[in-house]
Parts: sequence; structure tokens; C-alpha cells
Amino acid sequence: MPLINYHMSIDLKTVKHISKLSRISIDDQKAKKLEKDLNAIFKWIEQLNQLNTDKVEPLTSIAETTLRFRKDQIESKNIREDILKNSPKDNKDYFVVPKVVE
Amino acid sequence: MSKDQYIIEKNENKYEVIIGLEVHAQVLSESKLFSTSATKFGSEPNTQVSLVDAAFPGMLPVINEFCIRQAVKTGIGLNAIINKKSIFDRKNYFYADLPQGYQISQYKDPIVGEGTVVLDLPSGPKTIGIERLHLEQDAGKSIHDVDPGSTLVDLNRSGVALMEIVSKPDLRSPEEVNLYIKKLRSIMRYLGTCDGNMQEGSLRADVNVSVRKLGSDKLGTRCEIKNVNSIKFMQMAIEYEANRQVELLEEGNVVDQETRLFDTKKNQTRSMRSKEDAHDYRYFPDPDLLPLVFDNQFIENIKKEIPELPDQKKNRFIEKFKLSPYEATILVSDLDTSKFFEKVIEKSDVKLSANWITGELFALLNENNLEINESPISPENLSKLINLISDGTISGKIAKTIFEIMSKEDKDPNIIVDEKGLKQESDPKALEDLIQKVLSSNKDKVNEYKSGKDKLFGFFVGQVMKESKGKGNPQIINKILKEKLNG
Amino acid sequence: MTNLIDLTLSDLVKKIKSKEISSKEITSVYIERSNKSKKLNTYVEQTFDEAIKNSEKFDNNPNFNKKLSGIPLAVKDLFCTKNVKTTAGSKILENFVPTYEATVTQNLWNEGAILLGKLNCDEFAMGSSNETSYFGNVISPIDDNLVPGGSSGGSASALAAKLTPATIGTDTGGSIRQPASFTGTVGLKPTYGSCSRYGIVAFASSLDQAGPMTRDVKDCALMLEVISSFDPKDSTSINFKRPNYFSDLNKNIKGKKIGIPKEYRVDGMPTEIENLWEKGKTYLKDCGAEIIDISLPHTNYALPAYYIVAPAEASSNLARYDGVKYGFRADGENLIDMYEKTRSLGFGDEVKRRIMIGTYVLSSGYYDAYYLKAQKVRKLIKNDFDKVFNKVDAILTPSTPSSAFKIGDKTNDPVSMYLNDIFTVPVNLAGLPGISIPAGLDKNNYPLGLQIIGKPFDEQVILDIAFSMEEKINFKLKTNDWWIK
Ligand SMILES: [Mg+2]
Ligand SMILES: [Zn+2]
Repeated sequence: MPLINYHMSIDLKTVKHISKLSRISIDDQKAKKLEKDLNAIFKWIEQLNQLNTDKVEPLTSIAETTLRFRKDQIESKNIREDILKNSPKDNKDYFVVPKVVE
Repeated sequence: MSKDQYIIEKNENKYEVIIGLEVHAQVLSESKLFSTSATKFGSEPNTQVSLVDAAFPGMLPVINEFCIRQAVKTGIGLNAIINKKSIFDRKNYFYADLPQGYQISQYKDPIVGEGTVVLDLPSGPKTIGIERLHLEQDAGKSIHDVDPGSTLVDLNRSGVALMEIVSKPDLRSPEEVNLYIKKLRSIMRYLGTCDGNMQEGSLRADVNVSVRKLGSDKLGTRCEIKNVNSIKFMQMAIEYEANRQVELLEEGNVVDQETRLFDTKKNQTRSMRSKEDAHDYRYFPDPDLLPLVFDNQFIENIKKEIPELPDQKKNRFIEKFKLSPYEATILVSDLDTSKFFEKVIEKSDVKLSANWITGELFALLNENNLEINESPISPENLSKLINLISDGTISGKIAKTIFEIMSKEDKDPNIIVDEKGLKQESDPKALEDLIQKVLSSNKDKVNEYKSGKDKLFGFFVGQVMKESKGKGNPQIINKILKEKLNG
Repeated sequence: MTNLIDLTLSDLVKKIKSKEISSKEITSVYIERSNKSKKLNTYVEQTFDEAIKNSEKFDNNPNFNKKLSGIPLAVKDLFCTKNVKTTAGSKILENFVPTYEATVTQNLWNEGAILLGKLNCDEFAMGSSNETSYFGNVISPIDDNLVPGGSSGGSASALAAKLTPATIGTDTGGSIRQPASFTGTVGLKPTYGSCSRYGIVAFASSLDQAGPMTRDVKDCALMLEVISSFDPKDSTSINFKRPNYFSDLNKNIKGKKIGIPKEYRVDGMPTEIENLWEKGKTYLKDCGAEIIDISLPHTNYALPAYYIVAPAEASSNLARYDGVKYGFRADGENLIDMYEKTRSLGFGDEVKRRIMIGTYVLSSGYYDAYYLKAQKVRKLIKNDFDKVFNKVDAILTPSTPSSAFKIGDKTNDPVSMYLNDIFTVPVNLAGLPGISIPAGLDKNNYPLGLQIIGKPFDEQVILDIAFSMEEKINFKLKTNDWWIK
């Protein structure tokens, strides 16, 4: 069975799209550098395509057990002060962020 | 084609509307899905937020067993397949009230699979398919209208367990949507898995709407109207959206698949996000959690807790109490109503109770915009009132007067009868005196009656009633009157 | 009597328990030396005043029944420490002070240890040289222009320079074992699920594990015994009967079968490493163990699979750093603008690069080609190990394909930097325990390590093997304290 060996090259537009999805702004210069880096990295990553994995079940969790259940009990108290203490914008009741525009 | 079909006609073309709902139902539980903070509604902002809910570094989710049981229970109530293995995934997106930057949800492998809900349409029952039910976290609340320059964030809701119940595109009209939501809510309230309180946001829906020419079997492009939190708004949104889509098609345009918002001020839907910024949620299995697995015994134990559900109760009411399907449907639609009814009939006549609840009581509640559990008249006192009618102590007419009094003050009707002297007069001797008095003062009418004017009988009854101040027992009055007049 | 600073952790515990030295005495010695060692840039936060106070408190009311009675310890700055600044080496957590404590560090304090401070690391543990930290690179005490490895580079450097008697790090793809190897120290990555991840700043949840870094194997067993615990607050924590690693430690490895995987003999590996590996085999035979040649056929694919899985998980784990709840925030015209600026200015280049890789491999249309593929490869790697563990008790490999490199040598070539973890990454992908012990020096006198990989939950077995080999190797770490002068 022939193995696929291709490289999906990542163009500048894709880099910008990923940066948008990641919510990380990048300037053009950085984008170009990233385009170069990412292409090198993915070219290397794509050696995985030499491997036929059609019949392999993906590994979903390394610990070979299942989810442990917790009782439905309220244990957390009101810790508003702790929760808001590290917040960059001071407000004793709420987190404050710049206006959301829909 | 049935009469109650919802059809939009434009330029001699007929369109039908295809609707599917993604209902978000808040799970009734003490603590959140993955954290131990409280779920209580209406608390001070950010007072029910743990380090996990606010996504502090190094914080990890641990699942609440009760929420799993609630989802399974709901699944059973929806006649659905329960999946013994399911997976929690992360749905990644950025928003102010989503502290983790992702929502823990279930994507490929939900806890509950396909099921059904039966609607009682006037034309007969209709089965709506359920695609799936999955567990997920609720987000916090963004408040945009307090501070002009900024948005405030309250994370009290963040992490509360939700069941997302996805229907198949089987709904065809705003009225069916109304019945579907009510039926779903009714089932969950019977099960105790969701309180269904739409004002508090315990139940809201994303509404998927598309239209197609009548007779076509191809689905049109759908729009998703996000987060509508009342049945009325859902219906208005569907009407607006369906007409908007028909308009577009009739003008030769295409419908764009998009997410829309229902503007409750303008009663319109509007596009929410530009396509360029289309969401890419990058779902993947949450590596902080393991597969959710339980065995048959777990499901069997939950099955033992399932109460009688609306459809079963309805059948029982029809068979055992000989109620009409219509009456039965109304009486079971709401768990509290059915409880009220069953309380009343513990000691009272079933048919009479059904009449009084669906008649006088519902009218009273409607008029004052009250829920059944806010009824000013307790089931115990209503039962006593009904018994007073059954045993002939009062007439139906007097009963209405007493009901009126009871609606202002939930008092034992026996006491009202005593205090106001409303007890029905059934003593034949006393009634005979009254009758004699009426007949003596209406000799001419008696003669007319005797010469064949039968219709006057009602007049004599009325006069006697008047003399008895409405308390005379009509059956006995009738009997004596007939003897006197015909004898 | 030897210098106090030269005592191993277990000897130090003995001396405190026998009241030969006080907690304050030893704490002061470490503080004094740490103060003279600023050049190495190992600390990002020092809690020396608190440490002295705590040592006095201990001495006034000592409890000698604890495993680490009165011992001062510095830990990697990836562990959240209550009321002590925790940065993960990032600007985005610059001023973050947790109100809670990680389970593993709490275990240390519960056993009587005292916090000295927080140690530098690669930003969010993403790096193999400790050059990605916002607080500057860490210098290895081995040589003045040498990296200590990463991401637990501050921990390795502080340990090798004797600024702490022992420490803990975290290991996602080799972040404990590789720096241990580079600095001539012992580092162990436990089985996934052994040590709680609660309170550890997450990098890649399915791979992260905390573990001990120590001067010798005995200390390693002692530290592991303290930090390994079942934790209901971590859904991936595993409830198994944990041995007394320290008291059970022994050199009886007679009859143990040790596998030598042929795939770890990679192109361009220095002959010194090859020779060291051979020597390791000889030592093991001398101890009565049996050497068996084995094959782990998918070894080559581990690293590329890792560079899909780890960034994918990281891209999601790091979404919470958005300027809303804690840490650094940049001003923005609106919410999205604030997010984009905060994350652009708050994260360093390597972190951003990995978030981008992770976002890309999870994005619509690429999930199957990358993420799903990588999870399948991970399964194949796990299967490889499962199969050989039917035949052998443990596996011996070099820890790294080379000795420590110069600062700046690999910063412009991400792939060559990533290749550093080629021998350590498969262990994380399969969730196995692995220990690196110092085994010799290369031609520049830079330390080299050997790695012993065990079956899941077989930490005791690999510790015993390491303990036996340690005696034969008789490695002595020599630094001439050049950074102090
Ligand atoms: Mg939706
Ligand atoms: Zn949802």
C-alpha cells in the first residue's frame, strides 16, 4: 500500500488565521518568521505520514481507568475576595473587561 | 394535509418551515458539574465561584456523580439510548464569561443518544425525534449595560451543569415548538432533573430554522437563532425568520447558513457574526478527564427512581378515572397540577374535581397570572367544597359564591357555609311552607299552568328559590312543586 | 566532618533528627550560598526571610517524625504556592500570587520541608534549555556559557550548584530527565497519575508529571515517597498502593531483565554516549541482571507525534491567560483587541509558536490529519512498550543524544532544539516512569546521563536498578564554584 508523503505548506494567510483563532496579534514581520518556522516544523512532523495508521485505535487517555465520581456536595464557600484579588482591573464585585462589541 | 399545518404563501408558492431545537436545560443539582460551588440562582455576583470555576492556573475538573445520574434519568424519560461510555471534549473559544477559554462539553460521544418526545396535537399525537442529550458547563454572565465603558463579568453560573437536548428537525410550526418545549419541561419536572424556569434561564434554546417548498424533501439552508429564553420569543423568532427566508428565496437569493440573534425590542432576528470570523471550536477530548463509563447496574438503579411520567399518568387518568383525553392532557401537563388534582380526588368525586380544577380554578389562576402551586385555594379546601356539592349541602350556584370567597381567603368552606348561613335547605316541611306561600300569592299563574302553560314551572322554581334566598335544594323543590301543581 | 552544603538530603535529614544541626543552621547555609550565586539566575522568587522564620519555628518546636523535618527546599516555579508569587517563567503571570497550594508541594510542607523560593524554568515549561523564560536564561554551574537543559533548568542548576539540597520539577517530554542529565544530577519522571497535577500550571495535561530532582538515587526515592500521593482533586490521579520507595530501596537486581532498544542508537550520536551505554550494560551484568536486545519500532515517530499532542493541549490549556482574571493585561479598545494584545505581549516567542502549532493541528479540516494521527501513533508507541515489557523488567537508554550545549546554540532552529528530547519523549507518550542518572563525562567534562525506563507504577524497580548502577558508576559531580568568585 503506497504511503502518502506530502507537505501541506502553511501560507501567510493561514498564519494570520491561526493567530486570529489563538487571539494573539502578530505583525507582518513576525508572521513571515512564523511562516518559515511553522513550515520547517510541519515538514518534520509530517514524517508521520510514512506510517499507516488506518487500523489503529487512537489513544484517548494514558491512564487506563475511567472517570472517578464526586458526590454532589457544596464544599466551596464564598471566596470572592480571593477570586478577584489578582484581577487586573479593580472591582470588588465583578471582573471588568473592555466593552464587548457584538 | 391537516388544517393546522403552518404554511407560508408567497407569490403563489407554498413553503413549509423546518425547525430543530437545541434546548439547554440546567441540571437540578446542589453543586456544579466539575466543581463544588453552589448553583443557587440570584446570589450576589461572584460569590459562588471556586478556583476551578474561575479557571485559576493548575485547577482541575472533578465530575459530579449526581449530574450524570440526572442526565441518564432525563435520557430514560426521553425513551433514549443511554451510552455506557461517553467522552468529555473541550470546545475552544474566547469570551469574557468563559474563564477557561474553553467549554467542557460532549461532542462525538454524548451520554445519551436517540430518543423521542410525543406531542399531543389537536389532530392527534406526533412523535418528535431526539438526536442526543449531552452534558456541558454553563458560562458566566456578561453585563453590558451597567458600566458605559466596560463589561462586567459574574461567574456564578460558570460551570453549572447543563443538558443540551438536540431535537431532530421534526418540528413544523411555532405552535409545535410551544408544545415541544412544554412537553420537555413537563417531563424534566416530573423527573426532577430541571426546574424548567425560563425566567431564571434554567431552560433556553437555540432554534434552527429553514424553509422549503411544500412537497420538497430536500432540507433548505438553516439559520441558528441563539439563546432564546421564552416560548413567546421562540415563536416570534421563528415566524420572523421563516418569512425572511421565504422572502430571500422568492427574490432569487440564497439563505446564508449563519448564527442569528433575536432582538426582543424589534422582534427581528439579525446576523450575529461575520462569516470571516466564523467559529472554529477545535474540539478535542479533554485531557484532564477520563472516559465517562458506567455499567448496566448504574442505569438499572436510576430506572428504579423514575416516577410515573406525563404520558403514563394521562393514560391512567383516562382509564381509571374515565376522564376525557382533553381533560387528562391538561391535568398531567404540569406536575404540580397533576399533584393538585390527585390531592383533591383523594376525598372527592373525580369528575366533579376535574371540572372544578380545569374550569373555575384555572380561570382564577389565569386571571391572576398564578402558577398552580401559588393557588389561593388549597387542594384540601377545594376538596371540601366539592364534597359540599356532592352531598347536597350546597348547590352549584352557592358553591361558586363560596369559591369566590375562598379565592380571597383560603378558608374551610364548611365554616363559610355556617358563618354566612349558606347551607342548602333540604327539609321538605320548610320548603313546602315556602312553596305554599309562592303558590298562594300567584293564584292566576297557577291557573294558567294548570290550563296547559307548562313553561311556567320554571317561574315557580325561581320564585321559591328567591324566597329561600338561594338556599333551597332544587331537587326537593322540584319534587314538591310537581306534586302540588299536578296533584 | 564534610561541609554542610555537601551533605545529601537523606544525610541532612538524619543530622537534623539526631540534633547534630538545626533547621535554621542548614537553612542559613543554603540562603547564604544562594545569595552568592545570583549569576546563575536560578531563582525567580526568594522567600528567604520566611524560610528563616519557618526554620526557627521548626527548631523551637521540632517534629522529628516527618520525612523531611526542617529541610529547606526550592521548587520549580510551575507549582502554585500559597501567597508566594508563581509565574511559570512568563510575563503573563508576572504578578500572580496564588491563594492555594499545589498538592505535591503541600506534600513537601506536610513532611516538614521549608520553602526557600521558586526556581526559574522555561516559559510554561516549553523549552529544553531554559532560554525561553521571561526572567532570563539560567546558566549551568558546569560551565559559564552552558545551558542547564530545560524546562526544569532552574531546578537542575540550583541542585547542581548546591543552592538547595533537593528539588522538584515537572516533566512533559523530558523536562526533568534532560536537565538532570545535563547537570550530573538524578531526575525521575513518575508514572502518569502517580503525582497529583493539582496546582501545577498545566502545559500538556496528558503528559505532565511532577517528579524529584536530587543529588543521588537515595534522595530521589525519599523525595518520590513524599510527593507521590493519590489526590481526589485530580481526575487522572491513580489510587494504587504506593510502596515506601525510600525504606524499600535496595540493590538486589539479580535476575532482572534489562532491554536495550536498538532504535535508540541514532545517527550522529557521540561515541562517548555509545560507550557509556555499553558501560551501563556491563555494570548491570555485574549486578546480576540480564541484558536483552529489544526493538521499539515506532521510536522515531514519538517526537513528531509529541509536537502535535503537546502543543494541541497547550493551546487550549493556555487559553485561560487572557488578561481577565489574573496576570498581565494590555490595554485594548475592546475585548478582542485586549485579548490579542495581552497574549501577544504576555507570551514569549516559543510559547506563541507552540500555541499556533496547537491551534493549527486542532483546527477544522486538520484534526484528523494531525491530532488524530498523533493519538494513533501514540497508541503504537504504547503498544511497543507493552509488548517489550512482557519480556523485560526495565529498559536502559541514554538520557539525551548529546551533552549540554552552549547558550544560544539552538535558539534559531526549533527542530534541532526539539530533537534533544528524542529519548525522553516516548516515556511521556506512554505514561511510563523513567529516571536519569549521571553516568560519566564527555570530552569537555560535561555530564552525560543514562535513562532507565520502567513498567507503569514500577518506580521501585527502576530506583533499585539506578541505585545499583550508581554504586558502580561512582560519578562525582565537580564544579569549582566558578560563579561565586
Ligand atoms: Mg447550539
Ligand atoms: Zn450547548
